[in-house]
Order: sequence, then structure tokens, then C-alpha cells
Amino acid sequence: MSGSHTGPAAVIAAQVRHVEALLEQRGLVDAQELDRALEAFLARASPANGARIVARAWLDDEFAVRLLADANAALPELGLSMGGGLQEQRLRVVPNTADRHNVIVCTLCSCYPIALLGPSPTWYKSEAYRSRVVRDPRGVLREFGFELDPAVQVSVWDASAESRYMVLPQRPAGADGMTEESLAALVTRNGLIGVAPV
Amino acid sequence: MTEPLRPGDRVLTSRADPAHHTRLPRYARGAVGTVVEMQGRHPLPDLRSRRLPAEPEPVYTVAFAASELFGDGDHTVTVDLWHSYLRPAEDATAGRPAPAGPPATAGPSGVAGSSGMAGPPVTAGNGEEER
Repeated sequence: MSGSHTGPAAVIAAQVRHVEALLEQRGLVDAQELDRALEAFLARASPANGARIVARAWLDDEFAVRLLADANAALPELGLSMGGGLQEQRLRVVPNTADRHNVIVCTLCSCYPIALLGPSPTWYKSEAYRSRVVRDPRGVLREFGFELDPAVQVSVWDASAESRYMVLPQRPAGADGMTEESLAALVTRNGLIGVAPV
Repeated sequence: MTEPLRPGDRVLTSRADPAHHTRLPRYARGAVGTVVEMQGRHPLPDLRSRRLPAEPEPVYTVAFAASELFGDGDHTVTVDLWHSYLRPAEDATAGRPAPAGPPATAGPSGVAGSSGMAGPPVTAGNGEEER
């Protein structure tokens, strides 16, 4: 069962506080140490990171090849990593093409590449999104106002284990000659999840 | 049994519905899919969550046709699954009408289930023992 993932947030929060208090009582962590680590992590965690990765991939074909082959090895080229947590997490970047669209989800809880996309939106953690997007992705995207061409194949990536996913959207038409910064500004968080076009 | 699976291998997921924590989503149980890639090795959460010893084992990205999981739909769902949740699909698919046949024919007829039982004795459930 995956019940431990779906308990009320308040219960989990209380348990976390309890464990934190025990760790501090026993001198295993400094009272401010966790806050500092979390603040430092969240200060760097932003969808702007994912957008920078995408813009670089749009401009540099060789970077795109490296990113799709081994994202963890490519991220340091932009000063980024998946190592903000207890251990480095494997990242898999899935590219949208003319005939394939990708969407990410974690049906068991809410796994998400926080370092690259920032904290996840509430709907991403909702049971409605988690249960419905695997069953009817086209219908769910439609509710986001995103009507997919019926000829485009859809892949839904359920992050049910130790990998995290990020979508590499297609470079929009008419973006020739744009700088990396202005390209990055076109990339939205929802585009990196796959529920919006870019 | 611990021989790593390769991309393209057809696999059948466990049908077990354990009372303990597992990371095999219910919608992906008893389904035939195709290994996309191996992600790395990690201890089985079913064991770790019960504080039982768990050696790292391969975790794979496995692709399923929506029609195999839900009976309809034209999309693909990939699920990240531990080796213990999987067995080779050859023996299990032999008696099936079609690889992506409607779940209604695979379930009640018992065809897939009984041929699955005839496979190698991979332990009763999802391979938690002797790992």
C-alpha cells in the first residue's frame, strides 16, 4: 500500500516536527542547521533553472544531446545539479518532438525535480491530477487549455521510483535569433511539466 | 532471477496486493510492458519500509500501452519499477489473446493468471523473499 504517502498533510507535518525535535534533543542536528539547509536549497530551487536548461538545449545541439543522454552529467555545465537533497537524484529529461508530447506525474505521492522547477504547484499534488493524467492525459491537458493535435502521441512519465523527470519543450516557431536569456523567458513551469505548450 | 533485464524485454508486473508499503502502482499491476532502460540500483522499498534487509536491485523504466493498463486510450505510460515487481512476459503472454488485449479478457478468464503461475517459481508475491 502507499497509504503513508497520502495521509493528511497536518499529520505528516506533526510527525516531521516530532522527529526534528528528537534529533535536536539528542544533539544530532543543530536547531538552525535544518532551517539553513532548507532555506539554501529553496533559494536556489526555481523554474528559472529548468528554463535555463531548456534555452541552452535549444541553442546548443551538442548540449541537448548530452542532456538527453545523461542529464545529471550535463547540469554542471550550467552550474546546476540534482544534489540538493540527501543524495543526488537521477534526472531524465524527456524531449517533446513534432509527433510526441510528454507529461510528468508522480501517481504515488508528488515526486518532482524541485531544484529545477521550484516547489510543485498544489494541483500537481492533488489526487485528481495524479489519478487522471495517466488515464486520460489529453482530457487533462484540455482542462489546462491545451488542445493537443490528435496525431501527436502522448507519453506520461510516472516518477514512481528514484528518478525525476523534466520535459524539454519544443522550441517555438519564430524564436530565431533570440538570446539564451530571452529564450529562457519563454519557458514556463507548466511547460516543463508538460501541461502547457511553450 | 537477478539477471538484469534489457531494453526491449517484455515483462509482466506482479498482481500481488500487499498490505505493506509498495511502489508498484495499483493501475500497473498484472500488466505487460516493455523495458525502456535501467535507471540504477536501489533497495526494494517494500523491504526497507518494514526495516528488513534489502540489497540494491535494478530499477527500470517500463513502458505500457494505455490500452493494456485501462482497456482503451492511445497514449503510453512509463512507470519506474524495481526488478522484484517484474518477471519475463514470455510465459505469461503465451495464453493471452493479444499483448494489449482488454483487461476484461485477461482477468476473469484466468488465462494470464494460470499461465503466469506455470512460470519459474519466482516466489509467491512480488519477490520479497530471499533477496
